[in-house]
Amino acid sequence: MLNQQGRPTAAGAGEQSARATFTSNRGLQMEEALIFEIGRRDVSGVDLDEPEAFSSRLGAHARVGEIGLPGLSEPETVRHYVRLSQKNYAIDSGLYPLGSCTMKHNPRLNEAMARLPGFADIHPLQPQSSVPGALALMDELSHWLLVLTNMEAVAMSPKAGAHGELCGMAAIKTAIDARGEGATRRIVLVPESAHGTNPATAASIGFEVKAVPAGADGKVHPDAVRALMGPDVAAIMLTNPNTCGLFETEIVEIAQILHEGGGYFYCDGANFNAIVGKARPGDLGVDAMHINLHKTFSTPHGGGGPGSGPVVLSARLAPFAPVPFLRRDGERLALVEHEEGTSSLGRLTAFHGQMGMFVRALSYILSHGADGLKQASEDAVLNANYVRACLADVMSLPFGNKPCMHEVLFDDSWLKDTGVTTLDFAKAMIDEGYHPMTMYFPLVVHGAMLIEPTESESRAALDLFIMTLRDLAMSALRGETERFIGAPYLAPRRRLDETRAARSPILRWVKPMRVE
Amino acid sequence: MRYLPLTPTDRTDMLARIGVDHVDDLFADVPAHLLLKEPLDLPRRKTEQDVARALGKLAQRNMAAGSVPFFIGCGAYKHHVPASVDHLIQRSEFLTSYTPYQPEISQGTLQYLFEFQTQVALLTGMDVANASMYDGSTGAAEAVLMAHRVTRRRKAVLSGGLHPHYAAVVRTQSALANDEVVTLPADVSARESLLDQIDATTSCVVVQTPDVFGNLRDLSAIAQKCHAHGALLIAVFTEAVSLGALRAPGDMGADIVVGEGQSIGNALNFGGPYVGLFATRQKYVRQMPGRLCGETVDAEGRRGFVLTLSTREQHIRRDKATSNICTNSGLCSLAFTIHMTLLGEAGLTKLARVNHANAVKLADMLAGVTGVEVLNTTFFNEFTVRLAGDAAQIVEKLAARGVLGGVPVSRLLPGAGLDDLLIVANTEVNTNEDRAQFVAALQEVL
Amino acid sequence: MSETRYTKDHEYIRLEGDIATIGITDFAQKQLGDVVYVELPEAGLAFVKGAQAAVVESVKAASEVYAPVSGDVTEVNSALEGAPAIVNEDPAGAGWFMKMRIHDASEFNDLMDEAAYQAFVQSCC
Repeated sequence: MLNQQGRPTAAGAGEQSARATFTSNRGLQMEEALIFEIGRRDVSGVDLDEPEAFSSRLGAHARVGEIGLPGLSEPETVRHYVRLSQKNYAIDSGLYPLGSCTMKHNPRLNEAMARLPGFADIHPLQPQSSVPGALALMDELSHWLLVLTNMEAVAMSPKAGAHGELCGMAAIKTAIDARGEGATRRIVLVPESAHGTNPATAASIGFEVKAVPAGADGKVHPDAVRALMGPDVAAIMLTNPNTCGLFETEIVEIAQILHEGGGYFYCDGANFNAIVGKARPGDLGVDAMHINLHKTFSTPHGGGGPGSGPVVLSARLAPFAPVPFLRRDGERLALVEHEEGTSSLGRLTAFHGQMGMFVRALSYILSHGADGLKQASEDAVLNANYVRACLADVMSLPFGNKPCMHEVLFDDSWLKDTGVTTLDFAKAMIDEGYHPMTMYFPLVVHGAMLIEPTESESRAALDLFIMTLRDLAMSALRGETERFIGAPYLAPRRRLDETRAARSPILRWVKPMRVE
Repeated sequence: MRYLPLTPTDRTDMLARIGVDHVDDLFADVPAHLLLKEPLDLPRRKTEQDVARALGKLAQRNMAAGSVPFFIGCGAYKHHVPASVDHLIQRSEFLTSYTPYQPEISQGTLQYLFEFQTQVALLTGMDVANASMYDGSTGAAEAVLMAHRVTRRRKAVLSGGLHPHYAAVVRTQSALANDEVVTLPADVSARESLLDQIDATTSCVVVQTPDVFGNLRDLSAIAQKCHAHGALLIAVFTEAVSLGALRAPGDMGADIVVGEGQSIGNALNFGGPYVGLFATRQKYVRQMPGRLCGETVDAEGRRGFVLTLSTREQHIRRDKATSNICTNSGLCSLAFTIHMTLLGEAGLTKLARVNHANAVKLADMLAGVTGVEVLNTTFFNEFTVRLAGDAAQIVEKLAARGVLGGVPVSRLLPGAGLDDLLIVANTEVNTNEDRAQFVAALQEVL
Repeated sequence: MSETRYTKDHEYIRLEGDIATIGITDFAQKQLGDVVYVELPEAGLAFVKGAQAAVVESVKAASEVYAPVSGDVTEVNSALEGAPAIVNEDPAGAGWFMKMRIHDASEFNDLMDEAAYQAFVQSCC
């Protein structure tokens, strides 16, 4: 019953970390009220002329009563959001070693390109004849993705990685139904180290999830898959490189086991950035894989989205791709928008996908070229291994001090008996000016700390990061727990009381009752 | 390569520190025969100006909405977005931050999400809203799944006024999960009898207002019948500006409200990225998909915000999660909330009035054109006309004359026998000259 | 006179007559940390042994509670709805989850007694 990831999150004893000020501001760090507390209902930052008299066609549907929305003038609006922005960590301001998230530099050329009116100011339903450049851009990005992966077809419409997983698994389900095995092939194998989206996706379309154990080396082995394979197995969902930062050495054999048993191989492409230009998923036996354009191809994470998750498909699954898809007729490209007359799995979103992200990703890809993409993968792997090599003597590596891919996984066994947890260690990193690594994921390692420096870091930046982690580690081992237990001391906020937030959720602002 | 800081010397030194000779030694786990030996048949790196030139050429081949009289809607709308919105969302700390998993250094993102959730709840007339979905259509599919969890039934009824692409997304998702969907025939004049479809096996009814043909619909009677039979009413909108002029779906009894938020703060972007709005009643909050931001205090007792009720989500609940969604539409929700803050109630309601007034003006002009019949009795900023001819062909001819004149219904519903119908939108960006050009061009091609 | 047994999922079952009171053990609540929500079944529902009957949530974890024996739910502890912290404060007392009328006493007798459970906790956790 117990999920061992549960850990206390309640706030500790309050300790003033800075001298009090009249405003509660601390130098450049401004306290900022909610718009509902500073806005006014009759103020607007947008000038509009009232329309001339007209006869309404709203009938009985017109709104009565007020909405309650506050307004701010433009200068107030700008100041409000600039002040809020200053409370955020960002790649632009520092190293962001979140494993599995790939926080690499977001080139600003990409932003400029995505804002060209020819891309940003075109409507998804304007005549296709009026957007040949948009279709050509989608086609060119598709071509790059297919060559880099050696796959047959690509579905461009998925809106994010998890949506791509849905697309890929839906293609598998549709293919199985087409074979008449829909009623019997209902099991999807997922390793315990997988991203939570994998089992959630499989379950959301009616598959039953069965866990595949990983070996002591952090990898999935053919024998474990063979033991579970049967005529009831639809697919395996494997991340490669996996969430422990390791390339699944026996992946080709695992794919063969699935294929020989009538199943499919879905690859979670979250970590594709480690192998772009070095190896191709199509050569590994992959049937479907989503590509997180916001990870591998640098489209900005934007505080949690929007992402984009095109899915490459093998020849076996290509016929089942969702609409809309591009079809080439000689020189002319057309979007096929309706599934009638095709074997498509159907439609996953209203329009054609994240065009704004396609432009950014292609801008990144063209900038790098094939040679630059390969170099980026190599540098990402080199940087992660450099971090590993420089910390292996103080922190513990659950699978031994061996080469990793683009991210390195430590566990918390080195913290045993220090009184400091992974969470405390991560919070202390904040005081040192770093965003913490991914923690407590993957679940297969106790107190996991997953560090992905990416290729965007210079050697000097890496050296300072490594020295900082060594200093923190030594401090923890010396028993200087106060540096950790109450951390962060210097961030815009101390630890937040998540228990309180979850026990009695306050999910919106409500006008306070006036006390007379 | 301008994005890669390591020098050749750095690389050599770092490999030595790691204790290997060559970078490929770090790829030793990749089966040797699968490690690419030859460069792929793809171009080499390009300078910034060469990339800008190549992409600029592609962009120039498209007819941008702002360069012509433009009257297309149907789920995505061209509105004027104040310059400060795009400036603010490009702040490094918003643009290049990750999901706010470390709340102490993510209060900027968390506070705007809290403000966003509140704005969406107010606009829709609901208790709570989440931190956004990918877009309106995926939000609609998620709403249906949520209704199935709440009611423990598995049949959804879709109105014939629901955007056909939204209906298709719901049908695709439902077919995959073996859930039942009843889609009513295209309902051009809002005359369908949805009430007859609701019974004790119905999980939810999905109705859009303004509907895809522009008609305004009263949801109160449907809500009543739904509730009498233990079903939920899911209200959908694709034009968020309409909420400034129309009764809120929550006030008409909706249990879940989903919609497309693109038209506030966000560009057309050829279909994405957009931002799905998702709101519901307090009692259903634990069945909601997507991220939620909540208020709390820090160790010094100061107000702060965190992601909360996370046990609904995939990273904790895995195969028992309410949804597989892992992101929200962060930056697009930021654009929405900034634009909405700039507008305020006064600005939003006026913007809605201007949209409606412009649409009325266009409808009156079109009604005077021979071969054009305006079908709607009610509408907001979009309506449907019957043309004396094939609407798709007429739209192509209009485009050739430099006018983007609406969406032929056959584009959304091919083979439905509605080939003479055109859906026309008119927002604050359209001038009297635009409308005159549209009417003149239409008279030419009809 | 009541008798208490335990499951490997760290639930306790206190039997009085044919009514079993079910909750999670003190060890379980400590492992979970602050409980923020308990999802309980409706009274009147019948469960077979091993079926998911409830969910207990902390901030970062959700754990299913399985019916330790087959039976009908006669009562649930609605006090937990507004005050889930009771599970942390008094798991064996006021923090109970539900009461069931059990179908088969042998299912109860097959569970661990106090000594066996303590040994189980020592060995596995």
